[in-house]
Amino acid sequence: MEGKTREEILRLLEANARYTAKDIAAMLGMEEEEVKNEIEAMERERVICGYHALVDWDKTDDEKISALVELKVTPQRGDGFERIAEKIYQYPEVESLYLMSGGYDFTVILKKATMKEIANFVSSRLAVIEEVQSTATHIVLARYKDHGMQLAAPKKDMRMVVTP
Amino acid sequence: MRDFICGKIKKIKPSGIRRLFDIASEIPDVISLGVGEPDFDTPWHIREEGIYSLHKGRTFYTSNSGLIELRAEIAAFMRRKYGLTYDPEKEIVVTVGGSEAIDIALRATLDPGDEVAYPEPCFVSYEPCILLSDGVPVPIALSSETEFRLTPELLEAAVTPKTKALLISYPNNPTGAIMEREDLEKLAPVILKHDLLVISDEIYSELSYKERHVSIASLPGMRERTVVINGFSKSYAMTGWRLGFACAPAEIIKYMLKVHQFGIMSAPTMSQYAAVSALRNGDKDIAVMAESYNQRRRFLMERFREMKLPCFEPYGAFYAFPDISEFGMSSEEFCEALLKAENVAVVPGSAFGACGDGHVRISYAYSIEALKEAMSRLARFVEKMRAK
Repeated sequence: MEGKTREEILRLLEANARYTAKDIAAMLGMEEEEVKNEIEAMERERVICGYHALVDWDKTDDEKISALVELKVTPQRGDGFERIAEKIYQYPEVESLYLMSGGYDFTVILKKATMKEIANFVSSRLAVIEEVQSTATHIVLARYKDHGMQLAAPKKDMRMVVTP
Repeated sequence: MRDFICGKIKKIKPSGIRRLFDIASEIPDVISLGVGEPDFDTPWHIREEGIYSLHKGRTFYTSNSGLIELRAEIAAFMRRKYGLTYDPEKEIVVTVGGSEAIDIALRATLDPGDEVAYPEPCFVSYEPCILLSDGVPVPIALSSETEFRLTPELLEAAVTPKTKALLISYPNNPTGAIMEREDLEKLAPVILKHDLLVISDEIYSELSYKERHVSIASLPGMRERTVVINGFSKSYAMTGWRLGFACAPAEIIKYMLKVHQFGIMSAPTMSQYAAVSALRNGDKDIAVMAESYNQRRRFLMERFREMKLPCFEPYGAFYAFPDISEFGMSSEEFCEALLKAENVAVVPGSAFGACGDGHVRISYAYSIEALKEAMSRLARFVEKMRAK
């Protein structure tokens, strides 16, 4: 299958993981079986790594907070940043981990937790890793847009019901 | 007291969908597939430019023809997209939507009694606009058998010594039909033979899913007799900005401008600044929106196939025009029954000309989720009707 169609399937699934293979097949003018096979292949190849709901937790009773930690580290001879990254992403508290260019090395996005849990994790787990030089923890105050979706202001259809 | 109302206006029929709209607007959970406008927001960079123009105090008239930088961008757009060259100084006028451009094209060119041929089904305002210009509307009935394309034979049959102009609109509202290069090439000799002016409404030109849109003005011998109408409403999701344009030889634009400057003065200034950004930076926005419409189009067609509702493959705009004649009802009756039974609003084909009866117009400028729900309701309705 050509790369473009794979990308099209991925783009649709990224926008709405609940689209069925039948829906996607109809939208792309393909056979349902073909779409199913392609999705399965991409799952096997870990191109598709999982399916998630995009939740606006601010609308729930959950009072936990999200945090982002900037880490400056000392890269290791032979392994560069890989081994340090491995140490960090093994923690279930870590939601995402990116190696960055610029003023610091890693961005660690933590799973929602209480302030106390975040403080504990940063001070007793991240900051004490041998290669870590410094940490800077930022608390997310509000989320307006995530994964390309506006969370704060849901779109309202303001068109007239019927026009010529 | 005297009757103050002009007889010409009285003769113009009201829009054929008003009654349906009144019913639909009172139903709270109606799913409407009736709207003929994009469901995307105007891209942010365009809106921002409009806002910025207000901040900068650009709140005064522009030149009657429109901002020269906008006309230059329009000229670049016409060259880039359709291979047509127009002089921004003399051959382009910026109008209040494509609708005004059609109106002034007709008013600048028609003398009383001049006939204007136009294929039907078509946008609802063509006939009234011709009448308002003292022209004589000559509809050419098309059918799904020829995929609602205008053929040279049909045009030839409609032409009389009084025919001055041909008004065409492809990609078409309401059918979604397109005319490909070879269709236009077959039409051109008839146009030349009868020395007709062509008013080509190309407002949906960027929503063409089979191949790139071809403007009839780009064919040999046609540019000098064609007024190309286009605008920002559909391509850039800018319906409320009310901005369109017309490109034509200087001699025609000169007189269209006369009608425009006395009636309108100039198009809204902030919209014009926003449109400059649309043309300079909006190609990728068009591509993203068009791809999304195309996916919805395919989705809809697949559902029609499943429910065995005949519909020719529409390759343009964002409408499908399925055939509902098997149910033995007028399209208006069908729409009303569907609305009452399943809370789904679609537009009767007859609203776009008598030959549109037996069809309904379904807009797919809606999310897949809405289309999915509407199509399962339509399928249920169709099944019930067939069981009767």
